[in-house]
Amino acid sequence: MSRAKRIYMDHTAGRTVDPRVIEAMLPYMKSLCGNPSSVHSFGQEARQALEEARTKVAELINAESKESIFLTSGATESNNMAIKGVARRSRDHGRHIITSSIEHMSVLNPCKFLMTKGFKVTFLPVDQYGFVNLTSLEEELTNETILVSIMYANGEIGTIQPIKEISKMVHRKNVYLHVDAAAANGQVLIDVNNEDIDLLTISSNDMYGPKGVGALYIKKSTRLEPLIHGGGQERGLRSGTENLPSIVGFGKAAEIAKEEMPTESERLKTLRDRLIKGLLDPIPYSFLNGHPTKRLPNNAAVRYSFIEGESILLDLDMKGVAASSGSACTAKTLEPSHVLRAIGLKHEEAHGSLLFTLGRQNTEEEVGYVISIMPDIVKRLREMSPLTPKELMK
Amino acid sequence: MYSEKVMEHFRNPRNMGEIPDADGVGTVGNPVCGDMMTVYIKVKDNHIDDIRFKTFGCGAAIATSSMVTELAKGKTLEEAKKIGRSDVADSLGGLPKVKMHCSNLAADALHAAIEDYEKHKGTKR
Repeated sequence: MSRAKRIYMDHTAGRTVDPRVIEAMLPYMKSLCGNPSSVHSFGQEARQALEEARTKVAELINAESKESIFLTSGATESNNMAIKGVARRSRDHGRHIITSSIEHMSVLNPCKFLMTKGFKVTFLPVDQYGFVNLTSLEEELTNETILVSIMYANGEIGTIQPIKEISKMVHRKNVYLHVDAAAANGQVLIDVNNEDIDLLTISSNDMYGPKGVGALYIKKSTRLEPLIHGGGQERGLRSGTENLPSIVGFGKAAEIAKEEMPTESERLKTLRDRLIKGLLDPIPYSFLNGHPTKRLPNNAAVRYSFIEGESILLDLDMKGVAASSGSACTAKTLEPSHVLRAIGLKHEEAHGSLLFTLGRQNTEEEVGYVISIMPDIVKRLREMSPLTPKELMK
Repeated sequence: MYSEKVMEHFRNPRNMGEIPDADGVGTVGNPVCGDMMTVYIKVKDNHIDDIRFKTFGCGAAIATSSMVTELAKGKTLEEAKKIGRSDVADSLGGLPKVKMHCSNLAADALHAAIEDYEKHKGTKR
C-alpha cells in the first residue's frame, strides 16, 4: 500500500535545489562577503562572481550580451517590472496592453492594477488547448497598444505558445513583446534572438536554483522605468544590494540546465507520455488537459469526470504521491483555476482536474507506481459520488 | 491542513451508499460549486433507523457527510433536526476556514432528507 519512499510530482509548485547549485553557493555564504559595488578586492571578487552568473543566464536564452540580464527577486518581480515599467515609460504613447486569459497571477494582477490607473487591458481568449487566438491578437493591436504580454508556456496545462508567430505579429505594429518564461525555462530551448523577444521573465527555482531570485531579460532598445529606486544597482533599473549567493546559484542552475536540457527533456517527455497514457487509458471518462504534443516535457494534466480533484490528491498523498489539483497559488480560493475555465472547461470538469509535474528525480518505476494506483483511487471516489452513472460502477 | 479525525472519516467513510427504498432523500449543493451531497434516511418509530450518503466533493465534503450520518443515526427526528451547521465541524475536531461551508452542507443535506420524509409521510412513494 504505502511506499517507504515518497514520490514527488509537483515540480511546478516547488523544486529542490540541485546539490551542485548548493555547492556553488556555499563559498558566498561562508566567507566571500564583499559587496559588488566596493572597490577593494573583496568587492571585486563579488563583482566577478555576479557577472559570471549573469553571463550564464544570458547564455541560457541566447541573449546578445550579459548586459541585457537584470537580476530580480524572482518571476513575480520580473513580470511586475516588465509590465508596470513599460506602462509607466510609454504612457504618453498609448495606454493599451494586451495579454492572455491564462497568464500567471503575477501578469494578470499587474494588468488589472494598471486598469485602475487609466490603462485599457485586453485579455485574449484561448482555444480548448490553451493556444492564444492569433486572429484576436491581430485585431486588438492598435496605435494605442504599447505592450503585449504572453507566457512562453503554461505550467498548469503545459501548452507552449507559438511565440515566434506572436512576436512577428506584435513587431509589425512596433509594439513591445514581454514573455513570461517562468514555467518553461530550463525545460525548452528559449532563444530571445531567434524568437525576437523584447522582455523575458526567467525564474531560478523552476530550474533547480534557489528561490527568491530571477531575472528580466531586456533587449537593448527597450525602454522601461524601474519599479525599485535606490542605490542604482542593475544599471539603475533594479536597486538594492545584490543577493550574491542566490545569484551565483541561479547562474549555476542556468549553466546545468543549458548543458543537460537536450537529454533531460527527452527523458521527461518519454516519462510524461507514459504517465499520461497510463492515467487515461484504463479509466473511462478521463481526459487530457492541454495539447497532446505542444506541451512542456514535464507536464501531465488530466481530469476525471464525477469526482473532485482535492479528494484524489488526498488519496494519492495517503499512498505517498504528491501531485497538484491545479495551481498551488489558487488552491487558497475555492474557485476553479482561471486557466481551466479559459480553455472552456465547465466548473465541474475543472474541479476534477489533476496535475502531475515531473522532475529530474522522477524515475520510470515511480511513473509505473502512480499508474498502478490510480484506477482504484478513481473507483473509490466514483463509488461515493452521486454524479457517477450507475452503469459505470457495475 | 485537515485534522486526523477528518482524514480518518475521509479514509473510512461511515454509511456510504444509497437506500433504494428510503423514506426521505435530501440533496444539497451542486457540481458547479464543487460539492454535492445526497442523504438518504429510513425512519422507524420517529427514529432515524438507517442513513446513507453519497458525495461529490473535496476531502472535507466527504468527511462531513460521513460524520453527519454518524451523528444522526438512531436519533429521533427532533434530535436530528437540532444537529446544527457547526456541530459537524466540531465533532470532526474543526475544519479549515475555507472548508466550513462543507459542515453547513452536510447538516443541510440531513435536514433536507428529514423535510422530504415529513412532506411525504403517509403517502406511498
